[in-house]
Amino acid sequence: MAQEQKQPKKSSETEEAPEVAPDAAVAERKEQLDEDIDAILDEIDDVLESNAEDFVKSFIQKGGE
Amino acid sequence: MSVRRVMGTEIEYGISVAGQPMANQMVASSQVVNAYASATAKARRARWDFEEESPLRDARGFDMSRQVADPSQLTDEDMGLANVILTNGARLYVDHAHPEYSTPEVTTPLDVVRFEKAGEQVMLDAARRASAVPGAAPLLLYKNNTDNKGASYGAHENYLMRRSTPFADIVKHLTPFFVSRQVVCGAGRVGIGQDGRDDGFQISQRADYFEVEVGLETTLKRPIINTRDEPHADPEKYRRLHVIIGDANLSEVSTYLKVGTTALVLAMIEERFITRDLGLETPVASLRAISHDPTCTELVGLLDGRKLTAVQLQMEYLDLARKYVDETLGDDADTQTRDVLARWESVLTRLESDPMQCERELDWVAKKALLEQYRERDGLAWDDAKLALIDLQYADIRPEKGLYHRLAGRGRIERLLDDVTIEGAMHDPPEDTRAYFRGRCLEKYADNVAAASWDSVIFDLPGRESLQRVPTIDPLRGSRTHVGELIDRCDTAEQLFAALTR
Repeated sequence: MAQEQKQPKKSSETEEAPEVAPDAAVAERKEQLDEDIDAILDEIDDVLESNAEDFVKSFIQKGGE
Repeated sequence: MSVRRVMGTEIEYGISVAGQPMANQMVASSQVVNAYASATAKARRARWDFEEESPLRDARGFDMSRQVADPSQLTDEDMGLANVILTNGARLYVDHAHPEYSTPEVTTPLDVVRFEKAGEQVMLDAARRASAVPGAAPLLLYKNNTDNKGASYGAHENYLMRRSTPFADIVKHLTPFFVSRQVVCGAGRVGIGQDGRDDGFQISQRADYFEVEVGLETTLKRPIINTRDEPHADPEKYRRLHVIIGDANLSEVSTYLKVGTTALVLAMIEERFITRDLGLETPVASLRAISHDPTCTELVGLLDGRKLTAVQLQMEYLDLARKYVDETLGDDADTQTRDVLARWESVLTRLESDPMQCERELDWVAKKALLEQYRERDGLAWDDAKLALIDLQYADIRPEKGLYHRLAGRGRIERLLDDVTIEGAMHDPPEDTRAYFRGRCLEKYADNVAAASWDSVIFDLPGRESLQRVPTIDPLRGSRTHVGELIDRCDTAEQLFAALTR
């Protein structure tokens, strides 16, 4: 929608109107993807161990094999 | 020949006791293994039989003396550490300071995935049981290979090969393959250098820990090609190629391609099909350089003067493998062989144009994508502890905490098997190798199995003074076809033993 409203202002410069539809579709997909990523990061925020620095520091292993 | 071959994997898990960084990890590992053994063992616990083990046997034809061996190379002496055999034919034990799971012997890449994933569930179950002991602190297990402070532990593969293949051929043709295959099966790591002293992301967990091209060691001076030679089969006919240069993978596709493509290359080496020399000028340095470049554009020098990326080097092997399968099998190629070739090609093509296109299949790409999303959202530099935590927690085997599991649960990582199939493999052995005989004996005659190993099952039978050893020296005998009906029919171990020795 935002894309379409901006279009009239730009019409003097170019005649790219036919390309609006694919651009909008790409933007929509990207928006969908961003929302999806936000949701995943939120979910992972909830399960990440608290105090990253201490947790990582205390993971000390002996060599194996 | 195809992707079919007798093979299996051994995974050492990282272990920590929540809130107790100085806890004794040997003790903690024993608690994990014993908790599982106590909960699942029906009766007496069969012990591991070390009779046929010789970890200092070298593929080049000599034995290292025990006096000069580092104590960490000795694995065959029972140090009183927990060590059990499961009804799926696998071995669950403590190796040094890590709990370890060896899959039973299988014959296809997908079965390696099935039994390795079953091992993750065994470990998960074991850790939960050990943590549930009153007064015990939670035990956390990680399917990774480094603590990022200098210590590394292994994810090994084993492939049965023909003894008649010259070892020099294996070294020559396998080294460039192993140096480059990390772009497909690396697990990804935050931190550069053995102790992670430099900041950044690299493709492999293990690359920085390899220091020589060929050798027997696994704990120091790690070699790209390991020469341990203990076939657990007729040594006149077979060698067991022990591969130590691999990352522990969570992604099923990563494991599937790691094993499937390696099996194809080994078949080509045995058949002397590889006539090109893809030898590298500096294998160890190339291994690290490739790992340190997640754009996959780093060029490495070949002995013939060419410079190729790791993806291009892999494409050389893919091209050979396609020709090899076409020429030897044609339309008779089995489904998994064709599937491995198709997936390998698809992954390499995308790695070449934009590696991030493989985020649904490959561990290192999935991990990198997640890290980049965090970096973008929170403006994190590579030295931020949160990124190191994401790296570590990707490998946490608990479904509620492990980040691989969170991604897979949301359908963001491709699966090859469903949970029911994997759960079944925690208990039931593969049907086409001797693991079937071992697993069924443990399941049905637990009271009378005194010990077992890869190449034997030892019975303690009523009325007999000495233990009775049933050798299983041929990995392909003892399958369901061979002994399924016999075991079904024999209600007791005595009946089975009588039938086998008649």
